[in-house]
Amino acid sequence: MKAIEIQNLAVTYERQPVLENVNFTIPEGTLTGIIGPNGAGKSTLIKSILHLIPRLSGDVVVYGKPYKKQRNLIGYVPQRSEVDWDFPTNALDVVLMGRYGHIGWIRRPNKKEIQFAYECLEKVGMKEFANRQISQLSGGQQQRVFLARALAQDAQIYFMDEPFAGVDAATEKAIMKLLQEWREQGKTVLVVHHDLQTVKDYFDHCLLLNKTPVDYGPTESVFTLDNLERTYGGAISFLGNSPILTQGG
Amino acid sequence: MNELLSLLTSPNTQWVLAGSSLLGFASGLIGSFVLLKKQSLIGDAMAHATLPGVCLAFLIFGVKSIPLFLIGAATTGLIATYCIQAIVKHSRIKTDASIGVVLSVFFGLGIMLLTYITKHAKGNQSGLEDFIFGQAAAMVKSDIQVIAVGSLLIIILSSLFFKEFKISIFDPNYARGIGLPVSVFNLVLMALVVGVVVVGIQMVGVVLIAALLITPPLAARYWTDQLGRMGVIAGIFGAISGVTGTLISTAGEGLPTGPLIVLCASLIFVLSLLFGASKGIIVKAVRQT
Amino acid sequence: MTYSLWIIITGVLVGVTCGMTGALLVLRKMSMLADAISHTVLLGIVGAFLVTHSLNGVPMLVGAATVGILTALMVQLLDSSGVQSDAAIGVVFTSLFALGVVLISFIGDSVHLDVEHALMGEIAFVPWDTWTWNGINLGPTAVWLLGFVFILNLTIILLFYKEFKISTFDPQLAISIGVPVVAIHYVLMSMVSFSTVASFDSVGAILVVAMLIVPGATSYLLTDSFGGMIALSALIGALSSLLGYTFALFVDVSISGAMATATGLLFTLAFFLSPKHGMLAKWYRRKQMQKQQLNA
Ligand SMILES: Nc1ncnc2c1ncn2[C@@H]1O[C@H](COP(=O)(O)OP(=O)(O)OP(=O)(O)O)[C@@H](O)[C@H]1O
Ligand SMILES: [Mg+2]
Repeated sequence: MKAIEIQNLAVTYERQPVLENVNFTIPEGTLTGIIGPNGAGKSTLIKSILHLIPRLSGDVVVYGKPYKKQRNLIGYVPQRSEVDWDFPTNALDVVLMGRYGHIGWIRRPNKKEIQFAYECLEKVGMKEFANRQISQLSGGQQQRVFLARALAQDAQIYFMDEPFAGVDAATEKAIMKLLQEWREQGKTVLVVHHDLQTVKDYFDHCLLLNKTPVDYGPTESVFTLDNLERTYGGAISFLGNSPILTQGG
Repeated sequence: MNELLSLLTSPNTQWVLAGSSLLGFASGLIGSFVLLKKQSLIGDAMAHATLPGVCLAFLIFGVKSIPLFLIGAATTGLIATYCIQAIVKHSRIKTDASIGVVLSVFFGLGIMLLTYITKHAKGNQSGLEDFIFGQAAAMVKSDIQVIAVGSLLIIILSSLFFKEFKISIFDPNYARGIGLPVSVFNLVLMALVVGVVVVGIQMVGVVLIAALLITPPLAARYWTDQLGRMGVIAGIFGAISGVTGTLISTAGEGLPTGPLIVLCASLIFVLSLLFGASKGIIVKAVRQT
Repeated sequence: MTYSLWIIITGVLVGVTCGMTGALLVLRKMSMLADAISHTVLLGIVGAFLVTHSLNGVPMLVGAATVGILTALMVQLLDSSGVQSDAAIGVVFTSLFALGVVLISFIGDSVHLDVEHALMGEIAFVPWDTWTWNGINLGPTAVWLLGFVFILNLTIILLFYKEFKISTFDPQLAISIGVPVVAIHYVLMSMVSFSTVASFDSVGAILVVAMLIVPGATSYLLTDSFGGMIALSALIGALSSLLGYTFALFVDVSISGAMATATGLLFTLAFFLSPKHGMLAKWYRRKQMQKQQLNA
């Protein structure tokens, strides 16, 4: 089953092309790493798929239907710096926001929703921080709260923009375990990831991106020195025959 | 003392007090959203920009009619907000300068029109000056009814869509992601702010009404970490300021209402800054020891 | 004739003094702080009056500078205690301004210091209020005061031109090479207070904001050079005064209101027509670009 199809996507910022010729299809139940150098357009890719920024061209098809009709199937963990941390809201409240799409307009969250939000906080090990104002959490804890919000959203497809930035190794492992569980449940997850060392362990699929997709497919066939050189330019050559790479291709 | 009592029991005063408390509550509530959207000063500019609208309405229709004034005020207020955003979007001018430009030019235009009216227009034009600093004593029952109905409407709307406002301010990208029309909510919020300003200028005046949007929410922030409570507390603070300021102004003959309301709000702010239960200076100091 | 000449001189001095100071404010993204100070200065003037019982130039300058710096300090203090800066500005200036207005209402009609005056000033009265010394009429007080502040501000800008430039462009670098950035900030705030108080009589405490911000913003659209921007801003300020005065003369409206409107007019012109940063120029360049791309 195809979870997402991207056809001929292109994005420009003020006439400057940032993404061109993006075509790929993500199968259901996969965990994909989106990999590329700074400025490659990874964040732009996610934002344009979610229609958060205007596209020059391109269609986004989600489970066979246009994106706009399938919004409720999609969860998004944005880059963490994008919210106002002094906002008068606590961890539980943020997680509850994940339910807003289900609750619908005007209605307030009921006891069941609140209970569910608590459970989501518990899953990321943050239950005892439920009533903390969000600026009083550490960076990794904040990240976990936003992950819990994604969890509460109960979506089918997740986009995560650098969820591990500034997160300690233990939290990163915990989050990864959760993502892998989601995959087992048939959810589809796409993660922007910068640490090449862990790509092979974390993701079953890889999207190598630099302005346009360099390659997409199962990690073992895509995550090769040759492809990485094409993605990052020559700068990657020091990796040589490092064990972090797969030997296929 | 007797004087105060007779003042309080007069039906006109009671109307005025009801109006000022509703207005105070509405502006505190809406102001909480505006504050968190970091648009407090845009509210200030918009308020100043309502002056030319009021004057134009008088010039065009030639009568002193509060509903017409409000329409005029809302029109120029909205145009001003649009200008602020357009200037930032289409030129290298930054937001603060853009606000300053729009505020001062629209206000200058307003003053110019106002003097034109006082010098040229015949008939009963007195009362327009009251829009600058507000004059509760000069208000009649129908004026108050406009304030009361307008404020109630604003309170109801912002309570109904509380959840939607909250998320589109806190995390607009996420809100868009779950299919909320964030730009529509931004627009509605803008409209509500214009609403508060417009119904409030007669009582508080264009120069200082922004304070009613800024100060009570800021004071409320020292008492709670939750937006819902913050809105209610800000509303209560606004209502208290509105009532106290209006009372002093009506009792103390000729004192402009707006500045008095603002001073009450400022006093509440200082008290909150010191004693606030959540972020107040004293609480923080005690926690640290 | 000399009557209008004095008014024109006053207007031009206001435009030049506020214009050149304002250019710095716009560049340093402090327009709204200037807006705040030009409101709160009213409190300084009232305070000076309550202490000295006269509207004398020097106590007014001192009172204004004190309150101006106090405003900047309070905003700074709230800011560093975690209040977002726009709200900090909003709270401080509305409070102090409200206090000033209420105090004025208490003083009442005893002096020509009333609320309307505070807002609009009355440039038309400037020529009557002259300064006599040893029986010799030396011309309007306002012109003397404005002239003094103009020369003071000009001297400060010329003396510390380099420091202003670097602390505006890159405060981090400025600190690291030992430029007293904080002191410069407060010097500028004093300059704003002085300009405001000197212009207060003629254009009013609020409309002085237009003269402070709009010419600076206009010249920002027209030039890319730091010195050029300051000079151009002064020029635009003066031009706005002349335009506004002429218009007010013909239509018989508030001179200060007309001057503020004139600054807006010049700004609008620059916004659309500036050769480099104007809408029209941008639009034309975009069209050219598209044509090139089509041809290529
Ligand atoms: N709002 C914007 N306006 C103009 N250009 C932009 C904007 N946002 C991003 N860009 C440019 O688009 C390109 C892609 O940016 P994007 O944020 O998608 O990169 P990224 O792959 O996420 O990089 P990183 O690894 O650093 O997060 C960059 O060259 C960037 O400079
Ligand atoms: Mg990115």
